[in-house]
Amino acid sequence: MSGTSDIQPVSSSAQLYAIAHEIETDAVERYNLLAEQMQTHNNEELARIFLDLARAEGLHAEEIRRLAGDLGVESKRGPIGTWRTESPESADLSAAHYLMTPRDALQMALAGEERALAFYTGLASAATDPAVKKLAEDFVEEELEHVELCHRLLRRYPLPTGVTADDDPDPPRASD
Amino acid sequence: MSVAMVGSGGAGVLTTGSMLLEAACAAGWNGLLTRSVGPQIRGGEAAALLRLATRSVECLADHVDLLVGIDWVSAQRFESEIALAPGGLIISDPGAGAPPAALTPAGARIIDLPLAQLTKTNPGWRANMIALGAAARLLGLDEEVLQQVIKQHFAAKGQDVVGANADAVAAGGCAVATAPSEFRLARPQKTITKRWLITGNEAAGLGALRGGVRFAAAYPITPATEILEWLAPNLAKVGGTLVQAEDELASINMIVGASYGGVPSLTATSGPGLSLMIEALGLATAAEVPIVVVDVMRGGPSTGIPTKSEQTDLNIAVYGLHGEAPHLVIAPQSVTDCLLATQWATFLAEMLQTPAIVLSDQSLGQTQAAVSRPPDVAFIGLRLRATDVAAPYKRYALGGSGVSPMAIPGTRGGQYTADGLTHTERGIPTGSARDHGAQLDKRRDKIERYAYGDLWATLEGEGEVAVLTWGSLTGVAREAISLARAEGHNVRLIAPRLLLPTRPTEMVAALAGVSRVLVVEQSHSAQFHRYLRAHYTLPEDTLVLHRPGPLPIRPSEIYRQLTRGKNL
Amino acid sequence: MSATAPLACKPGDYKSETKPIWCPGCGDYHVLMALTRALAALGLPPEQFAIVSGIGCSSRIPAYTTCYGFHGVHGRSLPVAAGLKIVRPDLTVIVASGDGDGYSIGGNHFMHACRRNVDLTYLVMDNHIYGMTKGQPSPTTEPDFDTALTPGGTGVRPFNPLVVALASGANFVARAYAGNIHETANIIVEAVRHPGFSFIEILSPCVTYRPDQRAWKDRVHAAPVTATDDAARAARRLMTDDGFNLGVLYRGNRRPFQPVVAAVPCDLVEFEKGFEI
Repeated sequence: MSGTSDIQPVSSSAQLYAIAHEIETDAVERYNLLAEQMQTHNNEELARIFLDLARAEGLHAEEIRRLAGDLGVESKRGPIGTWRTESPESADLSAAHYLMTPRDALQMALAGEERALAFYTGLASAATDPAVKKLAEDFVEEELEHVELCHRLLRRYPLPTGVTADDDPDPPRASD
Repeated sequence: MSVAMVGSGGAGVLTTGSMLLEAACAAGWNGLLTRSVGPQIRGGEAAALLRLATRSVECLADHVDLLVGIDWVSAQRFESEIALAPGGLIISDPGAGAPPAALTPAGARIIDLPLAQLTKTNPGWRANMIALGAAARLLGLDEEVLQQVIKQHFAAKGQDVVGANADAVAAGGCAVATAPSEFRLARPQKTITKRWLITGNEAAGLGALRGGVRFAAAYPITPATEILEWLAPNLAKVGGTLVQAEDELASINMIVGASYGGVPSLTATSGPGLSLMIEALGLATAAEVPIVVVDVMRGGPSTGIPTKSEQTDLNIAVYGLHGEAPHLVIAPQSVTDCLLATQWATFLAEMLQTPAIVLSDQSLGQTQAAVSRPPDVAFIGLRLRATDVAAPYKRYALGGSGVSPMAIPGTRGGQYTADGLTHTERGIPTGSARDHGAQLDKRRDKIERYAYGDLWATLEGEGEVAVLTWGSLTGVAREAISLARAEGHNVRLIAPRLLLPTRPTEMVAALAGVSRVLVVEQSHSAQFHRYLRAHYTLPEDTLVLHRPGPLPIRPSEIYRQLTRGKNL
Repeated sequence: MSATAPLACKPGDYKSETKPIWCPGCGDYHVLMALTRALAALGLPPEQFAIVSGIGCSSRIPAYTTCYGFHGVHGRSLPVAAGLKIVRPDLTVIVASGDGDGYSIGGNHFMHACRRNVDLTYLVMDNHIYGMTKGQPSPTTEPDFDTALTPGGTGVRPFNPLVVALASGANFVARAYAGNIHETANIIVEAVRHPGFSFIEILSPCVTYRPDQRAWKDRVHAAPVTATDDAARAARRLMTDDGFNLGVLYRGNRRPFQPVVAAVPCDLVEFEKGFEI
């Protein structure tokens, strides 16, 4: 699902900036979508957490734009994206449910960051261009920090709850 | 004069009737032609029923003056439809046996026309053409005019065929040269107005085009198919399109989609098809998408009698939509009126952004009549479009007349999702009481508040007695009323053309001074009477003359009810 | 908004503010993301698209975009879309449906839409269940799937939409998996650009009634061969299709149905001549 094997080796810094930017903006979109879902389904706490995550990813995206400078962050593949399936950091939308707890959300985020970490690690080792290699290694460092942050946040919610939507005593309703 | 021609498989009765009408009209007479057929696809018994007159006629007469039998095979089937007048004349081929007793009342005169013998001794002559010549001579129809029609009709088949048929027609005329002359029609008056020979279905098609229809989806059904077949080539000529759909569910939904795209759209069907279309009519009402559905009513229920007329889709047209779905129902009153009614329906549908059902029937749709050229009426639908759209666009905005500007796809800023779900002003689905009530009010008000003008009904005459009827019976009632007037009785005719929305104020005005009403309709359960009772106040002295199809109601039946039934 | 303003063409421009009612975890969220990406990639402004749907969870999608939408009645999205496209060939018309709306009540229209080949793109979000009405089997549900309405299962063989589409004449046949957003977006772009009737069966899991479908993400796989323009070859491939082959199966060469309209319309007076006595 991560698509790490789908991507060609990166040949330029510009291309790497574009990919990295795409990863972050994709994540922003997903977390916003999840926040909206949680809001509609009256899970205010999770809505806030996903909005926070969206904001954080947005800051990462901004940072990448700043670092890229004149090289820009235009993705060659346009709005669809570079991967055949989806971005490495993409949150698994299918893992969401309306009775999610903060721990569930953070585990989702952690999984995404870990996949991104693996992605950049692979890129770094495969890179031939030294500038690209250096940049990829920078991103690896960055992702390591994100992973660590997720772990720290998770420590606030130490108990796995195992709550699923089936814990809702009310059955689903027909709408149309 | 009324003429009936009967014959069986291969006799060509219907073609003969058609040519006779054409010739009579070319000679300056007015008239109409209806048909009655057996159930076979081909080769079955058939009757062509004509009425010819110097004045304009809108229905069949009570009796037949001239009965022409090309042969009498299975002709007793038409017993209920062919009542020979006292003193009427039967033309019969002695070689084909005597006419059936059912068609031969006491005192009927029979003239022999040896069709079989003539066709045997003259190869190329056809029995129906000989009979045509005989009928034309009896009616006093100018032979030259008839020969011209023959020539036009057979021109494509070559000179020999034209010649043979011309001879056969002439021979038929000669064979009855000594027959009584009382069946001759009076000389026709010269008219300056253009006249057309047209069926109700063709008129509906032209009315649609005049009203601005430029897309039609079609699924064939008796007796509406001719509307669609007329539209198919003619829509294309005016830059429109007709598409044949896989079923009525597809055709109604296609016209909804085309109309949503901005193009006035129409389909035509009969009772069974209308039943299938009901759900989508509700969708068009709820989403405020204009469409026109012509329902050419036939005998029901279910498959019923597809080739006969009845006025029994009133209930489903008016009440058939689930939920509260005010819409338009317009009923043409004559062959000519099919044009105006369809054009008006298209105009109203576009103006009010709602579906319109045109309730025609088989007796209008498939009757061919000589009519004066209908005047051009400036009813071209003008849909209120949203052009300079201010965000956020409210497709279903409240206020004003209740008609809200519609953004046509492609208009920037006007994007909305049309929905059958109950929605807010912006078109977003909602279950709120306030929005539901507001949108119900909007859709009701836009239709109720519109000024429909005089077209809402035909109102004729004065007096305390009124005949209340609709659709194809309007002309029959009019004739009965003129019979009564000739006897010195004043009777009004009240025939609503607009069945939905109802017009309480206007009906009160129409009934002012009326103390006795005769409701007339072709319905077993008196659907029209119940509709009137539900929406209007009728005087205590109200009688109902109603029966189901397949037999047409005749002027004399109404007249007898008026005189005998204490109405007058 | 000026008509000459440069197009933003970002997926976010095609997503409306209306919050979807779908359950979190629903595959249709992925389809919405894929669709907005595809619309942005196609580069037309939102008002040039019309999205037509029927009834069901998937059919709610038009209102979640900023395009023109038509949310019709159950099973009738295809004729509405056909009528719209025929009179408005300038618009790009996309049709959205589900396995119930599209293959059950809409089955007849499905066949004829493939046959007629109007230039439409038909997305069917298949979750092998009727979600909106609380879990009845759909034509693609396995015969032994137990539900309240059909205890013990229907016992009826599932419908095969790709076979029916191909046999009926669809000009483009593909299968996608909602979870593969970018791949799905690419297939949608290709389908829209391909002339004629393009059909994409999108496997879109129902998290509420078919939690077992979470296993789909491990069952789907790229089709072993690339698309063909030979219908017979495509048909042979379908014989060994396991229902989870992803990708474009068939790209045909049929000309799309678009009636030719008279360039210069004639005057209505012309028709009167046919009636004149």
